[in-house]
Amino acid sequence: MQAQTRKVILQVDHLKQYFPVKTNSLFKPKNYVKAVDDVSFKLYEGETLSIVGESGCGKSTTGRAILRLDEPTSGKVHYSGKNILELNKRDMRKLRGDLQVIFQDPFASLNPRQTVKQILNEAMAIQEVVPKKERLERLLELLSYVGLPPESLSRYPHEFSGGQRQRIGIARALAVDPRLIICDEAVSALDVSIQAQILNLLKKLQRQFGLTFLFISHDLSVVRHISDRVMVMYLGKVVEIAEKKSLFDQSFHPYTQALLSSIPVPNPKLNRDRVILKGDIPSPIDPPKGCRFHTRCPFVMDRCKTEEPELREVKANHFVSCHLV
Amino acid sequence: MSLEVKTVQPNVIVNPTVSKPESKLKGFLSQLLMNKAATVGAFIIIIYILLAVFAPLIAPYSPYEIDLENKMMPPSSDHWMGTDDKGRDILSRILYGSRLSMGVGFAAVLFGAFIGIIFGLVAGYYGRWVDTVIMRIMDVMLAFPGILLALAIIAALGPSLINVTIAVGAFSVPLFARIVRGSTLEVKRLEYIDAIRSLGANDFTIIFKHIFPNILSPIIVQATLRLATAILSAAGLSFLGLGAQPPSPEWGTMLSSGRDFLFSAPFIALFPGIAISILVLGFNIFGDGLRDAFDPRMKK
Repeated sequence: MQAQTRKVILQVDHLKQYFPVKTNSLFKPKNYVKAVDDVSFKLYEGETLSIVGESGCGKSTTGRAILRLDEPTSGKVHYSGKNILELNKRDMRKLRGDLQVIFQDPFASLNPRQTVKQILNEAMAIQEVVPKKERLERLLELLSYVGLPPESLSRYPHEFSGGQRQRIGIARALAVDPRLIICDEAVSALDVSIQAQILNLLKKLQRQFGLTFLFISHDLSVVRHISDRVMVMYLGKVVEIAEKKSLFDQSFHPYTQALLSSIPVPNPKLNRDRVILKGDIPSPIDPPKGCRFHTRCPFVMDRCKTEEPELREVKANHFVSCHLV
Repeated sequence: MSLEVKTVQPNVIVNPTVSKPESKLKGFLSQLLMNKAATVGAFIIIIYILLAVFAPLIAPYSPYEIDLENKMMPPSSDHWMGTDDKGRDILSRILYGSRLSMGVGFAAVLFGAFIGIIFGLVAGYYGRWVDTVIMRIMDVMLAFPGILLALAIIAALGPSLINVTIAVGAFSVPLFARIVRGSTLEVKRLEYIDAIRSLGANDFTIIFKHIFPNILSPIIVQATLRLATAILSAAGLSFLGLGAQPPSPEWGTMLSSGRDFLFSAPFIALFPGIAISILVLGFNIFGDGLRDAFDPRMKK
């Protein structure tokens, strides 16, 4: 794929999200959790970019910061020529119709006191995408896109299963005609068989409406299934970003290698070289100096402890931040 | 685990688990009825409300009719609860008084809840300095003993039943604010609030349409328990002569006027006292039962 010729839909530059930590003393200096620390990437129209990494690496925080669900500390997020972090409340509200989100927990992402009809109607009403008269028609259309029967309209969320609720969440996101959807662990809470259904549904909708996905997940099998490109994060930083094939065929960063070797293989007799990382993920309040991964890296050098590696292009469209390559 | 299976794609899901919306309410009611104490509490409250509503039909005499020839008569078949020092029928006065006592209780709790809920929602939703300012003011209000706060308000506004309502309502405000703030913080973190924010809803819609309906249960429990306290406080203030003024048949006022005849005619003070106690008990046990029924951990 020639990524260069494709249109950039979203460009994230030096995004930082620091959360203050409560200190017990009035006089101690404030500490910060550096959840996302200087992350930059581009998202091309119509592609699926996955962000992977273990819990606490800042992948969800990145998604939330882009949507301004938490106001980022600094950085820029360019969408259709504007830095959305600088938009005022009113313009941001308008723009929200273009950027939608699907959440992880299908049990918490729907208001238990609204019927499906109310949930979808409200989405359309807020963004004023469909005139009132045509809404019912549009509601049924939305339900058919996500594969729910028309009777679902008058039901409450508790009457549905997890997979069905996730479909309602997808319908809500689609209701406002978005261009970019951030899927924040959208299938992690579902059974494997349902995961496959939802992933295929997402793929179908992407083709149908030309959607762009930012797919946040910790599950590499899921990522392999859905992505065009993959971005690996560790402790608030991007360690590797590449086309899916390139990354799964030959990864350069030791952390990515460790992650990939953790994917379960169906054949139990197969001998595998597993890279097992030692130690825990360091605290994001006080991250290691130099390369953040040096405390757990099997190939650590002296240089890694002092000098922070830059993100460099090692192959076409394959960026790695490691001193080894 | 391989997800490269392309064949699994049922387009329409047949028949989601069918259950009617009212089944939730039914489950809640049966939960409540299983709690014997709560059922008794509800029964007491309903009887009181019926007596208050139909007082003019039930009461054998006028609550104000003075009959000095029959003053301080002990309970008899003519006057079931006896007569007071001015010969007024105590039963009739209690029946009419239930309208005043419950009216003051409901009005005070409504007033306190209304303001407390708004403070709590705003503090919980906006957080940061808004939260700090509102909750510190609430802490100051909580630091005052309730009756002292009420005395101060009545001293400023003058003694009357309406001012008692305001005073009793005022000291319910911080309690509601606290409970609502806590629940708001809890609900605010849920993903559907993020979802509605990412759709572009304004704060007003989020707070009143999406947070408020989901924190109703603790508010209802608190309101029921507060009703008991409010009725008791209002009666107490009237007893001190700060609320309803004689000859009004308010229970606190009646207690107060019976105080002088505790030895010669104890029934003058006794019956209004019993009326207050049973009603307060009813609200308290009903409130406790409600709390248990709303609490998902109590479900079997």
